[in-house]
Amino acid sequence: MTPHPAPETGPILGKLSLEALPLHEPILVVTFIGVVLGGIAVLGLITKFRLWGYLWTEWFTTVDHKRIGIMYMILGLIMFLRGFADAIMMRIQQAMAFGGSEGYLTPHHYDQVFTAHGVIMIFFVAMPFITGLMNYVVPLQIGARDVSFPFLNNFSFWMTTAGAVLTMISLFVGEYAQTGWLAYPPLSGIAYSPNVGVDYYIWGLQIAGVGTTLSGINLIVTILKLRAPGMGLMKMPVFTWTSLCANILIVASFPILTATLVLLTLDRYVGTNFFTNDLGGSPMMYVNLIWIWGHPEVYILVLPLFGVFSEVTSTFSGKRLFGYTSMVYATICITILSYLVWLHHFFTMGSGASVNSFFGITTMVISIPTGAKLFNWLFTMYRGRIRFELPMMWTVAFMLTFVIGGMTGVLLAVPPADFVLHNSLFLIAHFHNVIIGGVLFGLFAAINYWWPKAFGYKLDVFWGKVSFWCWVVGFWVAFTPLYILGLMGVTRRMRVFDDPSLQIWFVIAGIGALIVAAGIGAMLVQFAVSIWRRKELRDTSGGDPWDGRTLEWATSSPPPDYNFAFTPVIHDLDAWYDMKKRGHQRPVDGYRDIHMPSNTGTGIILSGFCLVMGFALVWHIWWLVALSFAATIVGAIYHTFNYKRDFDIPAATVTAVEEARTRQLAAGA
Amino acid sequence: MPSNLPRFPARLRLLPLLAALPFLSGCGLVVLDPAGDVARQQGDLIVLSTVLMLLIIVPVMALTIFFAWKYRASNKDATYKPDWDHSTQLELVIWSAPLLIIICLGAVTWVATHLLDPYRPLARTAPGKPVAAEVKPLDVQVVALDWKWLFIYPEQGVATVNELALPVNRPVRFRISSSSVMNSFYVPALAGQIYAMPGMETKLHGVFDKTGEFEGFSANYSGWGFSNMRFAVKSLPAGEFDKWVATAKASAEGDLSRAEYLKLEKPTHKEPVRRFAASDPQLFDAVVNMCVEPGKMCMHDMMSLDAAGGAGIAGIGNVRQVTYDKFAARGTVDAARWSMRYVAAACSSPVMSNDRPDAKPVAPAMLKGEGLPVPAKPERTALSAPAATRPMS
Repeated sequence: MTPHPAPETGPILGKLSLEALPLHEPILVVTFIGVVLGGIAVLGLITKFRLWGYLWTEWFTTVDHKRIGIMYMILGLIMFLRGFADAIMMRIQQAMAFGGSEGYLTPHHYDQVFTAHGVIMIFFVAMPFITGLMNYVVPLQIGARDVSFPFLNNFSFWMTTAGAVLTMISLFVGEYAQTGWLAYPPLSGIAYSPNVGVDYYIWGLQIAGVGTTLSGINLIVTILKLRAPGMGLMKMPVFTWTSLCANILIVASFPILTATLVLLTLDRYVGTNFFTNDLGGSPMMYVNLIWIWGHPEVYILVLPLFGVFSEVTSTFSGKRLFGYTSMVYATICITILSYLVWLHHFFTMGSGASVNSFFGITTMVISIPTGAKLFNWLFTMYRGRIRFELPMMWTVAFMLTFVIGGMTGVLLAVPPADFVLHNSLFLIAHFHNVIIGGVLFGLFAAINYWWPKAFGYKLDVFWGKVSFWCWVVGFWVAFTPLYILGLMGVTRRMRVFDDPSLQIWFVIAGIGALIVAAGIGAMLVQFAVSIWRRKELRDTSGGDPWDGRTLEWATSSPPPDYNFAFTPVIHDLDAWYDMKKRGHQRPVDGYRDIHMPSNTGTGIILSGFCLVMGFALVWHIWWLVALSFAATIVGAIYHTFNYKRDFDIPAATVTAVEEARTRQLAAGA
Repeated sequence: MPSNLPRFPARLRLLPLLAALPFLSGCGLVVLDPAGDVARQQGDLIVLSTVLMLLIIVPVMALTIFFAWKYRASNKDATYKPDWDHSTQLELVIWSAPLLIIICLGAVTWVATHLLDPYRPLARTAPGKPVAAEVKPLDVQVVALDWKWLFIYPEQGVATVNELALPVNRPVRFRISSSSVMNSFYVPALAGQIYAMPGMETKLHGVFDKTGEFEGFSANYSGWGFSNMRFAVKSLPAGEFDKWVATAKASAEGDLSRAEYLKLEKPTHKEPVRRFAASDPQLFDAVVNMCVEPGKMCMHDMMSLDAAGGAGIAGIGNVRQVTYDKFAARGTVDAARWSMRYVAAACSSPVMSNDRPDAKPVAPAMLKGEGLPVPAKPERTALSAPAATRPMS
């Protein structure tokens, strides 16, 4: 019945054997060959152009928040392509499997695909994207030279990457979980998922979770301690505010995920009964705990993008943000309320009517501050001079898309409605509506907005618009059918269907997914074309191409290693706008040595050990677990004896860099 | 757009949209056009809530487009106020407008959630047709198995697999559980869904007010054979239902004994419809208490022992290795042998479902929402297995 019996455990390789390689799955074999050939090509090119040393010293070991931010974005982009490949596979399967056809995916494969899609899109796409964005922008916006704990930042990035790598390994060695992205027990327990899939899930998330939590702590401390003089909390840019709240949510909620997964791990590895059916276990407790993390997670993802929309609307409307104070309080309200709603994910598990109503109503209450935010953006546009550059186009698309997602979300918060829509494709359409319409559109706005800051040239507009229209149209073509199918009573995670009248809707959804694919393609072309034409697209404004309002636009593009030669002093909310208005003169002499943190390879090495440990734990290779664990601990202790942690950028170097900028500004003016 | 018709046409433009809803429901939107009173109220609530929210969503979307167009940079005639960023009146409006909508929706939610609580016995079978006091709901016990559904009719004494027949216009009370993992019991035409979970019992009340053939399925992913975990649902006139029971009684499949159940619960998929002539009357309670297997202690016994302070050191030794192959059937062989243990039976006191306090129907009174008595609250006695009857409350 179940295709794979549990393997024997050996002393040297644990459960690992040649049978773990999915040689019987042609799709995976072809993918594997593609990945190997592509990998060899990339590694070959790096070797040919002698880039290893450069990559190691300038990127892998860097503690510069800007480079780490960019690496997070690259990680997010790569994983996004994987997650989207999963999405296309699901859409094709569901468009095919009618009238007795089994489609082209076996249950064993299909169930892994939808699990991996969910996990990857949330943990290894959305999280790296927003962490990367916050990493890059926050220190610049508050006038800091780096984050508070630069080494920890590098370590966090590599831990996140190690989690992603472990998840990717599962594609070719063994299998991934077939449980859905939250791995509800008892299905994810050892009795019903005896193979390594759930173990890959657990260790991938645990390793990445270390990175996420540490990075959350790092950014909170950075925002609270490293703001430029004069920048009181109520003078912080809104993006920094929403980042602060998102990171508070991370620090408060990720430990719950970690603890919940630890309990599941104990159930699977040492025979405890926290979430088993028998012997006093309570699977519902897992559902309860995981959503206490899971719901705040939604706001972790979307809050920073709310900040992006605020920055973009204000900048491109050429106007101060309407209702800054109410925007900040709305953010804080959402932060707090996000902890009071988790039960709405399981109204249908038999809670009483009063409990359900309570959580339904708290969920609806969140729409009040969210609605206030929307109105604030709206009235920022009111009496503005709106320039429809790409970031602003994405913002308007977000406003029109997100309200529909918000509306269906409030609808699902009405418990009797949820009883008929829970787990349906309506729900799937809803959360893609808010995550694509809110998080992804926001990221695209952010990428188009801050790209010139990071690289010194703008992104190509033509391909940006192609991508924009493909995305917006493709999104609605792909997800409107899912709303309708949900109202037809079609549930999620189905592999085959009986009713032939449903097929047309899945075909339309599949076409929508292809249009989105074209949008992704256009975006990659946009990046490539922009890099190719970087001289033509060069930002000649000296670092402020959009007539920006916040501090990051005060420095050059890309910013120097030290961000600001002199720490700016803040007098107003829109600090850079205020400086420009008051006729701020850039100081051109009197530079001093700047104290900066040193690069270190410890982050990547420790994460490498953790990756090995994760792999060994998945396959029960106990000697390797012990070895890599010991190596991690010893490595961490050894690092504490490294006293070469910092250096000074000599005043002469700073002078040279700044004088180059002076010449550039003079040339541009 | 002629400007001498302010606002009015904007409102009218909405109407065709709303008018389109019933047409859409004609083309198979079973959630909005079901065949049962409960599901119909749930569907109506979706429409009502949507309309309520559109009151604010539509103006916001219209304003977004209007502002984006009016204040475009190329329109130099539009007012430009770069430093205008605050208006107390406007802020009051933008916080209170959503607040008012949510107050309305919250009130609707509170009342509807209590009225349509799946645990609440039905007060009516259709609008204006209250359930008479002497009408007893039809009891159906539902067990989600890997990957099929078992329906036990205690009153009729029959049981079926993947076929649910119900008499039209008679309230039905489902008692729902599962043998292995979580599923969700969902017949969209009848009523909302509720999870089916091992070792726990959930309840659902519903009634068909139209006859016909419908479909039910699991709405929560449960593993390998999940996609085919569908069952036929028949809403039959009373006489037809009796005939259906008679055919089931004459079925050649024989009785659904505990031994037969243990065979049945092994994983299969695309299971054809099966009918059993008779069923062990205590089977469902044994399933909920996870003691269908011979020699295994029932959960309610375990709980009453625990309530009395536990069995002390002796209790620790009362654990046996699992010998039945329930887990092996889903792939677990040696991977988890050490965790495959169970508590051996020490004593056994079967609880008949009719003895349970929640078996009694509640008088259908006017339902007001606030301060309603919790329907069918079980007394906390050791024998009524309270924790198993209603999780999370």
